[in-house]
Order: sequence, then C-alpha cells, then structure tokens
Amino acid sequence: MAILADRNTKVICQGLTGAQASFHCEQAIAYGTQIVGGVTPGKGGTRHLQLPVFDTVARAVSETGADASLVFVPPRAAADAMIEAIDAEVPLVVCVTERVPVQDMVRVRRRLQDSNTHLIGPNSQGIITPEQCKIGIMPGHIHFPGKIGIASRSSSLTYEAVGQCGDARLGQSSVVGIGGDPVHGLDFVECLELFVRDPQTEGILLIGEIGGSAEEEAAAFIAAEKPKKPIAAFVAGLHAETGQRMGHAGTVNVFGRGAAQTKIEALREAGVRIAPNAAEIGATMRQAMRG
Amino acid sequence: MFIHEYQAKDLLRDYGLPMARGGLARTVDEAGELARDLRGSPCVVKAQILAGGRGKAGGIRLARSVEAVSNAAAELLGSTLVTAQTGARGKTVKAVYIEEKIEAARELYLAVLVDRGAGQVAFLGAAEGGEDIEETAAREPGKLKRLIVDPNAGLVADEARAFAASLDLGEEPARSAADLMARIYKAFVALDASLIEINPLVLTGAGDLFAVDVKMSFDANALFRHPRIADLRDRDEDDPEEVEAARYEINYVRLDGDIGCMVNGAGLALATIDILKQRGVRPADFMDLRPVITRQQVATGFKMILRNPKVKAILVNIYGGGILRCDTIAEGIAAAVKEDGLTVPLVVRAAGTNKEIARKILIGQAIPASFADDMAEAAERVAAATGGAN
Repeated sequence: MAILADRNTKVICQGLTGAQASFHCEQAIAYGTQIVGGVTPGKGGTRHLQLPVFDTVARAVSETGADASLVFVPPRAAADAMIEAIDAEVPLVVCVTERVPVQDMVRVRRRLQDSNTHLIGPNSQGIITPEQCKIGIMPGHIHFPGKIGIASRSSSLTYEAVGQCGDARLGQSSVVGIGGDPVHGLDFVECLELFVRDPQTEGILLIGEIGGSAEEEAAAFIAAEKPKKPIAAFVAGLHAETGQRMGHAGTVNVFGRGAAQTKIEALREAGVRIAPNAAEIGATMRQAMRG
Repeated sequence: MFIHEYQAKDLLRDYGLPMARGGLARTVDEAGELARDLRGSPCVVKAQILAGGRGKAGGIRLARSVEAVSNAAAELLGSTLVTAQTGARGKTVKAVYIEEKIEAARELYLAVLVDRGAGQVAFLGAAEGGEDIEETAAREPGKLKRLIVDPNAGLVADEARAFAASLDLGEEPARSAADLMARIYKAFVALDASLIEINPLVLTGAGDLFAVDVKMSFDANALFRHPRIADLRDRDEDDPEEVEAARYEINYVRLDGDIGCMVNGAGLALATIDILKQRGVRPADFMDLRPVITRQQVATGFKMILRNPKVKAILVNIYGGGILRCDTIAEGIAAAVKEDGLTVPLVVRAAGTNKEIARKILIGQAIPASFADDMAEAAERVAAATGGAN
C-alpha cells in the first residue's frame, strides 16, 4: 500500500515530446513507473520514447487506461492542460511546471471543486512511492520503501528529509511535494487524511515553510482528529528577515499567521514533534516513532 | 511586482474608479502648476515610493494654497522617507502625486487579492480603514469581512451589496460600493493583479465614494500577458545585484551578515539561514539556484558572493536532484575561483545527484574547499572559520 500512486498506476505525460519531459519520463520508466503514453496536441498518432502520443488526454486515457497524468507543459498552457486532465476525470494529476500565473490556478482550483481528481502541484517535484512508481522529477535513488509518509512544500528540503530518514533507517511509504505556489492542489490536510488511512504508513513527516496557512490548517486537523500515528515536522524560515512590503492586505489577511514561529507553535500544540533545524529532521522523526 | 500610487490610479481610472482630480509632479515647478490647475483648492501632496506607511512618516502633506503645495513638494522631492514598511534604509522620493483633498465623513478599508487558503479571489473589507487597519484586524478579527468570489460566476451583485452593507454602509452607498467592487474585480482579473488595496476608501458627507489611496501589485508570472504593465516597473527601486541575479536563474536577496550562502531551492536556502543563525553566525545573502541553472550561471552567482566585501566565509549547500546536479555547481564554483581567486574559507556540503563527482572536481582543480557531510557539520565549520559562537 501507499498513497495515490503504486506499481499499478498507469501514467501519461502531457507534453511528453518536450526535452525536459522526455528526460524525466525516461528516468521514471527506468525507475519502474508504468508510463503508457503521452499527449501533445498535433502529434497524435506518432510515437515518442517508444510510447504512443495522442492529441487529447481523453483519447490517451481511453486508449491506454491511464489513471494518472504528469503535466510537463510550459506556464502559459499549464492551467489548460490541468483542466483538460480534470475534465477527462484522471484520478491523479501531477504538475511540475514552475511559474504558472496565479489566477490561472484560481480557475484550476474551481474546476477541482467539482471533480474527484487529486492534483499535486504545480511547482512540485511530484510524488514517489519508493521502488514502485515515480511521477515527477525527484531523484529516485535516495528513496527506499518503508513506513514514513512525507508531505512537503519544498523540493530541495524534501530530498534533505528523505536522505536523513534513510540515514535513520526510516523508509518511506510515499513522498508528496505539494508545491511551493500560493494556489495549488493537494494540501497538507489532504495528505494527512490519506496517510492516516494508509496501512503501510506508520509515521508522518511534514516539511513546511513561511507564508500561507497550510501548516496552521494541518495543526488544526491534527488537534481535531488526533491521529494515532506519530507526526513530526520541520518549518523553514524561522530566521527569515521580514522584507519591505506595500500596504496592509498581506498582514491583515493572515494576521498572526504565516510566520514560522506561529506555525511551529500551532503544530507543537497539536502534539507534533518539531525538528529544531534542518539537520535534525531524520533524528526527530525517529524520536517521534519511539513515542 | 508593485507599482506606484499614481500608476495604479492611472490604470484604475480606465475602469471607472471614482478618484479625486490630480496629477504627478517630478519638480517643484510642476507641483505649482498642478496646484494652479486645481485652482488653489486644498490639496494633498503625496510622496511616491513603493512602500506603505507614508502618512505616519510624514510623506503625505495637506496644503491649502498653491504656495503650500510648492513648499510641501520642495520638502518631499529628493528626501528619504523611512516608514514602518520600507526597512531602515528608507526610500528616496522622486515624484509627488498632488490631488484635491476629499473631505471624509468616513474612511473604510477595501482590498481584493488571491486568498491562499481558499485558492480563490477574495474581497476584504472593514468599516474603519486607515493606517491602523492591521491593529484593528489583529485586535478584533470580526471587524474584517471577507467575500470569496466564484471565478465561474464572477462577482454577484447581490453578494457585493450584502458585503458592502456589512461595512455599515446604507442602501445607496452600498449600491455604489457594489458597483465599485465590480469595477475593481474586472480590473483585478483583466490585469492579472495580485493585490488592489484601497485604503482609505472615503465616504463623503454627500454619500459619494472616492478611492483616496490605491496600492496595486501584479503576479510576476503573468507579466508575459501584459507587456505594458511590465513596463511600469520602477527599476530604480530594485537592487541592481538582485536584478542581475534573476537573469542568471538565481533568486538573490542581500542580507546584512558576513557568510556568503549558495543553496539550491528556496526551502533549503531558508533552512540554511536558520541553522547558521542558530550557530550564532549571520548570512550575507539568500541565494537560491533554480534547477535549470548552467555552470556559467553558477560561476556568475559565485562571483557575486566573492564581490561582497563583507563576506568572511562561504557556505555552499547543494542537494542534487531532478535536473540539478552537484557536478554542475562544482564546475561553476571552480571556474569562478580560477578567474577571481578565493581569499576566504569555503565550506561545501554536496548531497544527492553526483555528489562524489562534485567533490572530485573541486579537489582536482585545487579549489581549497572544506567538505562537510551534512548541514550541521557545514554550519559548524563556517562558524568556526569566522570565529562565530558554537
């Protein structure tokens, strides 16, 4: 078991014929992921990486039986690509594209509300279930299978956390990058719900950072649901200097939220074990597992 | 990307937002001319800087005659304004906006932005606006009203009216406010804004509404759709080093300390700063390399750190993954050191993809780097190298 993706997941790649998509899909195939086709409008009927290419997601899904899509489309077309996948009722959509306009994501979020699709990203390294399935751009070799579920807002910090968990002999059930953009799909709370339900996952690690309110919402969820699985967290940006700003809306909108200290206190209050710095993430997870 | 008040007012005038008559002056003569055009009626002279908090810092002056306008402009133009939002260095006033004084019966707060939690566009409003809005919202969160807009339906007139009424506006002003909200929403979506904040939104004794101060910012990721807005950027307010870095796939922010930092990924860069500060040393910069960075771009970034005279030691913290490989970083560092030399201690922590190759490259090119296996060791080494507390 794992969450969202496993060895049976069949993946198509939107934008497969691009250079970066080709590189990462080859890596994913080498990792054992079932990449079953690609979508590039206008190139339907051709083959790429020995895979069939289709004009539309709907066609790709009906021909291949895919249940996940990796979106590797440039920023200006990324939202339409995500919406096409949502409309084709693809259960899992992973978007790695950086710099998608935020109001495009507002449209995508609205579309998600009326669907059963799980969207990971954009600006995410993707999801990996070690030794089964890798949908994204993360380095496969640092992961190994085990009982820790990881959800993170930062890709480089995720690799750091995964590496340290490995050093502490804690393998991973699934590792999800929820993405660094202000408006995105899956958030910490949904990841927590999935990890809590997943029998393979015995402990959960959250990697957060300053800004937004995902950590506060996770803390509220944990405080209310009191999951039996141990949870550890690291929040980056405790010593970030507050820069200059313009106007009051940012502060007014979040008042008291968004600062690393506030997030840490909320999580600690909810019973989450907090890593004091990024060098002690693995050790903190291990302590949490010991109870 | 923020723009100045006068630019925001120019943009929003096209959307029919009610505003006082006014104009921009870059010299005292221009200020006097504008005041004469306004026939000597009471005016407000407002410093144009890209930061809030101007009123309390003396950047907004009331002037009741042409002469008073000229005097206020003479004082403000060329001066440095330090406000609660500028940081200690303050900002130089290069222009003033002069507009007719609107007599307020009430001052409200109205903003539209992308609400991160909801992932949707939201209006925020308060019956009492002004520069104390943050304290008001913190003290009495209930006074801040919020209206989430469904992007499929757009701003619904009935909901906008109910929202306006919740700001203690009577029937007629609420109707005007709802109309104003529709215009702001239209501008917000059409221009890919990330914030439009009207503070104060003034209600006059006659029941008319005026947008007296406007702050506006745009989504940098959407500027490709709006070349004319991209041109509004005031490059004088940017740090030239930060602008240069952005051209090389580097997010760079200069800080006050003495440890030069080069890290991949914003999260890891933040965490690196955190661990350094916990060890009692202070970073000289926040430098986040984007995954697509090339060897030449890394070299340029490393030279920026070498150029900073405050830097007493350098920490490179890389976790290779995706398309970013540690050897690319090592080659860039080696090239920069070959060209510009290295006179301060260098600590390198490389993990993930091609970490061994990176180490071999630096050793092979005789770069005097000290290698750390993890972040804790790396932070301790730089702290020791600079005599910082452990």
